[in-house]
Amino acid sequence: MLRYTVKRLIQGVITVWFIATATFLAMHSIPGDPLTSDKAVSEEIRKNLEAKYGLDKPLGEQYVIYLANMLQGDFGISFSQENRSVNDIIREHFPVSATLGILAIAFAGLGGILFGALTALYRNRLPDIAIMFLVILGISVPSFVFAALGQLALVNLNDLFGTSVLPVAGWGTVLHMVAPSLVLGLGTMAFLTRLMRSSMLEIVNSDYVRTANSKGLPPTRIFLKHQLRNAILPVITVLGPSIAAITTGGFVVELVFAIPGLGRYFVEAVQQSDYTVIMGTTVFYGAFLVFMVIVVDLLYGLVDPRVRLE
Amino acid sequence: MAEAALSFERVSVSRDVETISRPSLSYWQDAWVRLKANTRALVSLYIVIALGVFTLAGPLVWQVDPSAQDLDQISVAPGTDRAAVIVPRYQPWSGATARVEGPALQAQEMTAPTVSVDIVGEPTTQAVRIQWDAVPGASGYRVYRNIADPAPDDHLGLPLADILTADRVSFEDRLDLKPRYYFYSVVALDRNSMPAPVYNTVATVPTRVITAEEAVARGLADTPDALRLGDTVHLALHPFGTDYLGRDMLARLMHGARVSLFIGIVAPFVYVLIGILYGSAAGFAGGRTDQILMRFADFVVALPFLLFMILFRILFGIEGGDSGILPMMIAMAILAWPAAARLVRGQILQIREEGYVSASRLLGAKTNYLVLRHMIPNTMGVILVTLTFAVPSAIFTEAFLSFIGMGVAPPTPSWGSMCNEGIKTMLTHPHELVFPAVFISITVLAFNLLGDGLRDALDARMRSRE
Repeated sequence: MLRYTVKRLIQGVITVWFIATATFLAMHSIPGDPLTSDKAVSEEIRKNLEAKYGLDKPLGEQYVIYLANMLQGDFGISFSQENRSVNDIIREHFPVSATLGILAIAFAGLGGILFGALTALYRNRLPDIAIMFLVILGISVPSFVFAALGQLALVNLNDLFGTSVLPVAGWGTVLHMVAPSLVLGLGTMAFLTRLMRSSMLEIVNSDYVRTANSKGLPPTRIFLKHQLRNAILPVITVLGPSIAAITTGGFVVELVFAIPGLGRYFVEAVQQSDYTVIMGTTVFYGAFLVFMVIVVDLLYGLVDPRVRLE
Repeated sequence: MAEAALSFERVSVSRDVETISRPSLSYWQDAWVRLKANTRALVSLYIVIALGVFTLAGPLVWQVDPSAQDLDQISVAPGTDRAAVIVPRYQPWSGATARVEGPALQAQEMTAPTVSVDIVGEPTTQAVRIQWDAVPGASGYRVYRNIADPAPDDHLGLPLADILTADRVSFEDRLDLKPRYYFYSVVALDRNSMPAPVYNTVATVPTRVITAEEAVARGLADTPDALRLGDTVHLALHPFGTDYLGRDMLARLMHGARVSLFIGIVAPFVYVLIGILYGSAAGFAGGRTDQILMRFADFVVALPFLLFMILFRILFGIEGGDSGILPMMIAMAILAWPAAARLVRGQILQIREEGYVSASRLLGAKTNYLVLRHMIPNTMGVILVTLTFAVPSAIFTEAFLSFIGMGVAPPTPSWGSMCNEGIKTMLTHPHELVFPAVFISITVLAFNLLGDGLRDALDARMRSRE
């Protein structure tokens, strides 16, 4: 287990290095540089600025400085927001995105497992048909449409009760988190429900469930101990990619619900060509996702003893 | 006992007991039979074909320029009344004057709404003329217009004009009039131009009118002489309504479909092809080369897809007038091939060990023959399924990028960018969001269900247990 963990971590570090290099190369092949702007800057000032940001050095040297800074956890200074370093932006806004993401993944995971198990138990009966219809809808409708519909529903809900039951947009209280995390988790939940259903159906017909039935175990015990635990395994495997999907899906939800998360700042940075913020957040997000996939894989080993033996 | 004539007859032996009742089916014929049995997949296939017809033949039938603006009909929902009455050209109006002498008005002390407001003449979208009784001592009036009844909350709406002469008691509104309810409110002003707290309101619905010359200019009639005053003409038809710039939604949906479906179908084609080449190269080479190639693919998979789509979009930056379709396709091709490569490599490794390949090799088959006869046909099914599932994800990617403003550049319509524009007016004109969203959803749904059906039909091992 330790060997495996170390191996995965080393792989992860190499992957992050690859992401950092790809980001660096991508950003440096863009025509122009961050100092090219509408404002005409005199040659002298430009030289000074280039020296300050190290843009006058050869590419190789810039790359070494970039990596060294990144290793020390320094992502540089924002070009468009005064007096803010990329670290500040990440430190301030990532917790918001993370809270939203954790809530969404919790909602998606719990809902997916619950509804998936439910559809498998009521196979081809009304609950199954109804839930699977919603699942197909959830897979086919883009997240921004859900976000828009969610807001519309909130407006109508608040109208109906005459007071602000749930805030339509913004961030701050627990109430603000309900609607966006539901919307964000919906697509993933649909996907997980489908996965859980097919894995549940497979297990219902397995030998050990039949054995458990024939030796007279109570159905709840069979359901919880034999079926659910085994059926959850494939769901855990896709949790890594799901986290990635929810992270990027957060961009849209943060935009629509006006949530001050890192995703929204990333989109804004892209629109304002704020190069350091783009580079910093890309590498940060990349490292975060790589790390999450490793965590999920290790978690899988904990849940499924069979994997640990390998 | 008479000797009976014993006659022996030969019993005919039927030999057709074990004939095969139907001709053997090839893999693809069998798959087609299975697909036809799957109603959902079949309906999805028809929807996909219908979308193709809508996209390719649609613009030939509905020849409306998707970027032409119909300024008479902006943000019009489908099914809105389009009738317009022919009227003479606009005639200036001198208005009405009246003055009632009295002690100078102290606006804040005024309590009774002594102003009574009336509509003068026929209110039309050309002009709405209102007139009111003079207020004693007033040194001016202010006219407001609202599209909702101001009574409940005293929301008077848009201040249209400050009339700072005491004897003018009329106003002519020519500001962007639509055939809908307007509430005109008039308040008196005192010497310091302070409005009185009381007002009087008149409500009206202007009739939509158009002059004969305008009707000809908009292509509603051939010559002005063909139209008489009082005739009714119908404004241009927009079956799906218009957007916030007065552009025809149906034409935009058709041209948007070209972009969305083009990216959705061609991009997966390109990157699945790259994946096939890469994966089969790795699978054939085997050993160390295979490991290095696949490790590189692992790294590319680890790149956060949408983040790098955005990075590449900046990298390939689009010039003015460019649609931004090509950069998106290149970025997608660079980032999305590893999944297909992995799949194909796995298949090739598997098929290489199959008995029929060994048999074929024993019989002297060359590598080329093995590839063409066994490897490719046997991976085709899996590849087709991958391709079908790649389409919805590519359409989603395009929609996502266009929605956050990082996709197709503005004048070019795409379903994603139409959603982006529609979401801003979602509360007042929901049709601008609903139509593109429904088109995206139906397309993605159809391709997903078709993919399910194809998987069930083509690949017995991956068949879902329904």
